[in-house]
Amino acid sequence: MPEMERVSLEDVRRVAELGYLELTAEEETRMRRDLNAILDYVAQLSELDTANVEPMAQVSDVLGLDADATPEKASVLRDDVPGPCLDRERVMVSAPETDSVFFKVPKVIER
Amino acid sequence: MTTTVAAESISAIRSAIAAGETTATAVAESTLARIAETDPRIHAFLSVDRDFALAHAARIDESVAKRETLPPLAGVPIGIKDVLTLEGMPATAGSKILEGYRPPYTATAVRKLADAGAVFPGKLNCDEFAMGSSNENSAYGPVHNPHALDRVPGGSSGGSAAAVAAGMVVATLGTDTGGSIRQPASFCGVVGVLPTYGRVSRYGLIAFASSLDRIGPFAANVRDAAVVLGVIAGHDPLDATSSPLPVPDYTADLDKGVSGMRIGVPAEYFAEGLDPEVRSAIEGGIEKLRAAGAEIRPISLPHTRYAIPAYYVIATAEASSNLARFDGVRYGLRAPQSDTLATMYRRTRDLGFGAEVKRRILLGTYVLSHGYYDAYYRKAQQVRRLLTEDFLAAFREVDAIVTPTAPTPAFRIGEKSDDPVAMYLADIYTVTASLAGICGVSVPCGESRGGLPIGMQILGKHFDEASILRVGEAVERSMLA
Repeated sequence: MPEMERVSLEDVRRVAELGYLELTAEEETRMRRDLNAILDYVAQLSELDTANVEPMAQVSDVLGLDADATPEKASVLRDDVPGPCLDRERVMVSAPETDSVFFKVPKVIER
Repeated sequence: MTTTVAAESISAIRSAIAAGETTATAVAESTLARIAETDPRIHAFLSVDRDFALAHAARIDESVAKRETLPPLAGVPIGIKDVLTLEGMPATAGSKILEGYRPPYTATAVRKLADAGAVFPGKLNCDEFAMGSSNENSAYGPVHNPHALDRVPGGSSGGSAAAVAAGMVVATLGTDTGGSIRQPASFCGVVGVLPTYGRVSRYGLIAFASSLDRIGPFAANVRDAAVVLGVIAGHDPLDATSSPLPVPDYTADLDKGVSGMRIGVPAEYFAEGLDPEVRSAIEGGIEKLRAAGAEIRPISLPHTRYAIPAYYVIATAEASSNLARFDGVRYGLRAPQSDTLATMYRRTRDLGFGAEVKRRILLGTYVLSHGYYDAYYRKAQQVRRLLTEDFLAAFREVDAIVTPTAPTPAFRIGEKSDDPVAMYLADIYTVTASLAGICGVSVPCGESRGGLPIGMQILGKHFDEASILRVGEAVERSMLA
């Protein structure tokens, strides 16, 4: 039932481009099949009426609803003060290509 | 002291070292020998560093020689899942994209173990970027379940569970985003703790889904798991979501028993799809809790069936964002001979990521993309709140909730690897607590007729690890009786 499918080959190519993934033709077909199977399963969420439900992005969003919640349960931000950073040499040693000061990459501007 | 170090508890090892009956170096040597002998069959370790382990052990022995007070984990061998950083050791996250990477810093939870005197023999195998329920998604090959080598250890912290089950180390750290500590603990017959979100700092954890990721311990018994949890818990200025709540002594109430505790049994976790042998083992465990004086109450968590779909939308959306950092510029793999930056990004990610990681990046990108955000991502976040409110309401009536950890015992390697939805259903009883941010523990609760371990999941309210560990200790004791 291709007309029923949520995700087309075009959709797979579009999200692969957005996610900087290069897929072979075989991978595109497989990913289309899998995404459709997963999204068919996800579709059951539409059974629930959530018109008056606030989205929950973080656990801290609900800790205030707990009967014995205390202000300390919510997370707190630290003061925004500069602290010591990782030593450059120890960081640069992991870089695939570097002049020991900067990360080197292929050319950015295409002509 | 016997040569099988991992048969010993944390307190036995520490006191034997303190009393001079053995040395941290001897314990480390015995651990390394056990790994060398056992791990070729299990493949729990991705890296073992003899010199690194012995250097830490030597420091403990110097402390003993100087008659200093020994820290709580002095000389205790602990394995670390390879998604956590430990300066001086690799951190592959089970991915080719981080092959050879040696992070220049140490995760807070690991640093706390080191400060407490732990000795690290190596880093543990896992599904790539902790994405999986069987450890078959590791780019370095699967882990074999020590109870049945043709079966999976569970995932994603399969190496962490198997290393304890095979007696190679006393405890390990794993991570749990949708069940990745509890489900492998169940499959391997060990204890695995999911601390409340915010209880343990995530600094130094290679992120999968930041609003869900948690770090927790595995051990052979509840007491050792409680000791390790107490060491790694606490506020960390480097993780803004870590809680400033004080850390209690998690061993203080372990022996108090369950008399008078109200324990909820949610009908939704005993419905269709539950293996009959798992059902019978968990129901047997519940009867033992009743016999020990707990008040067993039937409860309902009505939105349970929506947890898996909500989880896979939220987790993949966050993953697609977190994994954008793997671009071949600053660390790890870079695809050679790319003439532009964009080509280099694409080729690096194509070479470096496995199929499940690509699948989740695509799904996460899709549900966040223009036109689908409200239908999928926002909807899943709304359902997340409904699921969480189910738990908050239940915990007004009960002190803990018990369920099976997984619907089946360990399945065979290869059995589900071609069907992503079937694989995701292995997490059906664990993703709920992940979304709600509450704490949980899986404890061994019997075996199948074929000798495969079955785990009971005990869930508790936010920051009430003490109660679930107390129930877990009672279950553990009832199994020995």
